[in-house]
Amino acid sequence: MIEIKDLHKSYRMGTNSLHVLKGINFKVEDGELVAIMGSSGSGKSTLLNILGMLDGADSGEYTLDGVPIKNLSETKAAQYRNKFLGFIFQSFNLINYKSAAENVALPLYYQKVPRKERQEKAMKYLERVGLKPWADHLPSELSGGQKQRVAIARAMAAEPKVLLADEPTGALDSKTSYEVMDLIQKINDEGNTILVVTHEEDIAHMCKRIVHLKDGVIVEDKKVEQVRAEQYV
Amino acid sequence: MWLFDRDLWIEIFHTLGKNMFRTFLTMLGVIFAMIILVLLLGSANGMSNGFNKIFAGTASNSLFVWGQSTSEPYKGFERGRRINYKLEDAEILKRQIPEIEVLAPRIELANHRGTVSVYRNGQTSGSAVYGDFPEIDNITKKKLVEGRFLNQTDIDDSKKVCVIGEETYKLLFEKGEKAMGQEIRINGVYFTVVGIYKPNNNINIDGENAVFIPFSTFQKAFNSGDRMGWMAIAVEENTPVPFVESQIKSILKTKYDIHPDDERAIGSFDMSEIFNNITAFTTVLQGFSFFVGIFTLLAGVIAISNILLITVKERTQEIGVRRALGATPVIVKRQIVVEAIVLTAFAGLVGFAVAVGILSIMNAMWGSGDNFPFVKPMISIPQFVVSFILMVGLSVLIGLLPANRAVRIKPIDALREE
Repeated sequence: MIEIKDLHKSYRMGTNSLHVLKGINFKVEDGELVAIMGSSGSGKSTLLNILGMLDGADSGEYTLDGVPIKNLSETKAAQYRNKFLGFIFQSFNLINYKSAAENVALPLYYQKVPRKERQEKAMKYLERVGLKPWADHLPSELSGGQKQRVAIARAMAAEPKVLLADEPTGALDSKTSYEVMDLIQKINDEGNTILVVTHEEDIAHMCKRIVHLKDGVIVEDKKVEQVRAEQYV
Repeated sequence: MWLFDRDLWIEIFHTLGKNMFRTFLTMLGVIFAMIILVLLLGSANGMSNGFNKIFAGTASNSLFVWGQSTSEPYKGFERGRRINYKLEDAEILKRQIPEIEVLAPRIELANHRGTVSVYRNGQTSGSAVYGDFPEIDNITKKKLVEGRFLNQTDIDDSKKVCVIGEETYKLLFEKGEKAMGQEIRINGVYFTVVGIYKPNNNINIDGENAVFIPFSTFQKAFNSGDRMGWMAIAVEENTPVPFVESQIKSILKTKYDIHPDDERAIGSFDMSEIFNNITAFTTVLQGFSFFVGIFTLLAGVIAISNILLITVKERTQEIGVRRALGATPVIVKRQIVVEAIVLTAFAGLVGFAVAVGILSIMNAMWGSGDNFPFVKPMISIPQFVVSFILMVGLSVLIGLLPANRAVRIKPIDALREE
């Protein structure tokens, strides 16, 4: 599903150049649930941004579902993001003046899905994250966990190839974190490919594979026994 | 067609409605600009209409020619010789100058602008008395309160009839007294009143205290022979009056042995000159109003652009999320430009409505144009359409500024800003 070869990325900081990713080789198969771990500054967010086509790499190859991702125009990148990827952010990033259902329907709007179908799909995914009764509520009327579940529903609404989660539990207490992870695990059980960036050990162990990043290189890449989040809920 | 996309509009009204107060303040600039533009244009139009009303009934492309005294000796004649035209001159001029459309000869009792006593039942008025042809009505239109103006039969039969001014009527008749068919006496000759005209706020060359009788009757009654006092001449639409004027003068100068350089012998008055001056004045006024109005509008639209720039800054994160979710730069741009257009168009229409209301009030208060030239102050539909298109065009251009700013924000930077 995802294939990365010898990926390099550096940022210019005035006269200095900060080499963030120093040759990443990485492959994700269909249906995997991968945790990308590392301390801050290890390059994990940069990697996720490149995977999410929010940022471009300096060199290296990136193939997503057989499509080479290179030198994309802003328009093309937006279309690919919409088609291939679903984003889950640490700070939820819901649009605050739109109801839960409208937020979920937003990626479908950019896919030019007809209005009626959008609403039906939005309700379907809200039901899957257990928030159907909150469909008409604004984000400000929802709890943190609920917000993240709306964000997950939004990420899934466009039926992307890969879900990218950037510290999805970073802003949540541990009980809510486990609830969110439980949801992510269940989505993964249905065969969706999910990448989770985290720095929390327990969250990482709820995935099926952990990739450890340190100073811009992968230092460890191991399959782990998945800890089910269900038991903590 | 994206313009009819319901979601686009929901989106736009959502963002605008979220900050009602700010949206309103932004629009205020354009509202006032539009009010100023429409008021200026409307007032300029009102003035233009006012002048037109003053000149209504007077053929604009016309001139008047009369005889004066020579100021140069010529061909054995001394200076100071009085020039008296003959009726045949009218035919000569008409024949030789094809550009003359109407030529109405006139003769006056007493001197130019002089008056004679008119009697009726012991009442007297000092009125101007003119012998006229019916054609004069094509050059200086008379507004008749009662009866009719002179006609060709009056001329053919030398009928002893007359048309009198309202002022003359007041002097000769009791209030409410019937004047039609009554007789008045001028220099011992009786004339039957067939028409009364009233002043109509216009340029009135003849005054309101005057008696018009048929030219042929005048000749017989007052023994004027073939003398002719002056000529009212209407020139073809597209011929400049001075061109015809100089032709007339040179023909007359040859005929009456006037020195070619004598400027005083032939008196003339070119109506078109006044018209041209006033038309130029109102055109400049309208142009100036438009100029001022458009720049005020520009200032208003820039204010909207400014607010949208701030809005874009505030919405950085939202725009980032949208782009992460698949909004292309075109979609983001479009939304902001359409916001600019909606704000401007709505504000413009509000301003327009207010200004039209004010103009209507002005019209009701002073629009009759009785005291000064100000009639029906209102902007024309083409003027409105042009200003509106200009305004919306400006808003598109100015909306592109914040729109480009919004697109320049990279989604990654926008999302990082937390």
